Amino acid sequence: MAFTGLFLISFLVVHAGLNACIFNDLPVFDENDNGDMFNRAAHFMGSSYVIRIMEIGLFAGIILHIVQGFALEAKNRSRRSVGYKVNLGNRGSKWYSRSMGLLGTLLLLFLIMHVAHFWVPSRFNGLEEVEGKNYHNLFQRMVDVFQSPLVVILYVLGCISLAYHLLHGFQSAFRTLGLQNKRYIVLVQGLGTAFSIVVPFVFALMPIAFYFKWIG
Amino acid sequence: MDHHTMSLTLQVWRQQNANARGKFVTYKVDDISPEMSFLEMFDVLNEKLVNEGSEPIAFDHDCREGICGSCSMHINGRPHGPWAATTVCQLHMRAFHDGDTIVVEPWRANAFPVVKDLVVDRSAFDRIIQAGGYISVNTGNAVDANATPIEKTHADAAFAAAACIGCGACVAACKNSSAMLFMSAKVAHLSLLPQGAPERKSRVLDMVAQMDKEGFGSCTFTEACEAVCPKEISVTNISRLNAEYLVAGLTVDK
Repeated sequence: MAFTGLFLISFLVVHAGLNACIFNDLPVFDENDNGDMFNRAAHFMGSSYVIRIMEIGLFAGIILHIVQGFALEAKNRSRRSVGYKVNLGNRGSKWYSRSMGLLGTLLLLFLIMHVAHFWVPSRFNGLEEVEGKNYHNLFQRMVDVFQSPLVVILYVLGCISLAYHLLHGFQSAFRTLGLQNKRYIVLVQGLGTAFSIVVPFVFALMPIAFYFKWIG
Repeated sequence: MDHHTMSLTLQVWRQQNANARGKFVTYKVDDISPEMSFLEMFDVLNEKLVNEGSEPIAFDHDCREGICGSCSMHINGRPHGPWAATTVCQLHMRAFHDGDTIVVEPWRANAFPVVKDLVVDRSAFDRIIQAGGYISVNTGNAVDANATPIEKTHADAAFAAAACIGCGACVAACKNSSAMLFMSAKVAHLSLLPQGAPERKSRVLDMVAQMDKEGFGSCTFTEACEAVCPKEISVTNISRLNAEYLVAGLTVDK
C-alpha cells in the first residue's frame, strides 16, 4: 500500500501542476490564453512515448493500490468476528485513519466518473481539436463538463475525500516503510498535512472556477 | 477526603465457554467505595454472586500492581478503562460516579478466543515470543556490567520498549486486531541492544511470520494502540519493526 500510495502521490504532483495551467486564463495572468497553455501541456503529455509508457505504469499502480486496499480491508475486518458493544471510536484515533477503505472506495467511484469525463473521450473518442492546431481542446471539454452544478459538487466531494485520504495516507506510508527518526516524522507529518490541503484545494478550485466563469 | 459510596449498574459479558453463545448480563452493585480498585469492585460483586448461589464472573488478574499484564477488561469501550497509562487493576472507582452504567467486555479478536466470561486466551502472544523474541546466550560466569558498551539513547529506548507487559490492549483497541505494537516492542527492545544483534534478522522475520499465522491483522497506523497502552509503548517502535523487517527481508542469508 505504501509503495503504490507514494507513487500515486507523486502522480498527483504532476497532475495538479499540469492542470493548474488552466489558471493562466485568469485575467491577472493572460486573459487571451483561453486554455492554450493547458492544451499545449496536455498535448505534450498525450503525445510523448515516455509519458504514454508511464501512463501504463500509472494505471497498474492505481489498480494495484485498489486491489491491495480491498484485500487488506477484507483481511483486517475478518480478524474480529464479534465486535464491541461500546467502541473506542475517536478516543484513540482519527476517524479518517480508520476510514481509509471507505474514503478509498469513494475515490474509486470518483475516478470512474473522472476518467469517463476526460481520459476516455480524449484517448478513444477523439475530442474536437483546437482551431488551426493538431491537438485536442481539453480546456473546452472542461468548460463543458463543469457547466453542471451536480458534477461540480461531485468533484468537490471527491477532492474532500482525497484530502482526508492523503491526510492519513501520506505520513502513514512513510512510517510503513520504516521512517522512525522523530525529526523526520515531524517533517513528513507537516509536509503531508500541507500536501493534503493544498493539492485537493487546487483540484477543487478547477471545477469551481469553470462553473463561476472565472476562467473559460 | 470525601468518603461516599456509589451504586453502579454493570453490564458484563457472560459466556460459559469458548463454544457457548455469550450475552450481556446486568448487575447492580451498591456501597462501592471510590478507594476500591476496579477489580476489588468485581471481587465484591463476585462475593455477592457466590453468596446468592450464582456462578461468579471469571476474569484474569494476578499481581494487581500493573506489571503482570493479566488483567484484560474492555471498560466503556476502552481497554483497561478510562485512565491513561493504567491497567484495570490500577484503575480506581473514583474514576466513576454514583449511578453510572459501566459496560465490561472481554478483549475482542479472533486471535484471542474467549475462554470464559472476561477471560481470553492470549497464548498467541507466547507463541510469537517463542518464534524469536529472545536472545540465545550460553550461561556461564556473569559478565562485568560495563563489558558491553551501550549508547545511552539506545539503552533508554530499549528500556522503554521492554516495559511492555503483553496485556494485549493494543490488539483489543486496534480496528484490525493487529499485534504489531506488542511485537514491535520486543523487536525494538532486542534490536537496540548489542546482545540482540546475532539473531536480529531471523528474529523479526520469524516473529512476523508467527503473528500472521496466529490470525492478527496488519498495522494501518491509526495509533489507537498507543493511546490505550498502559505502558505507553510508542508506535515509533512499529516503524522500527518495519525498517528491521524490510532490511532483514532483503539481506537475510537463508
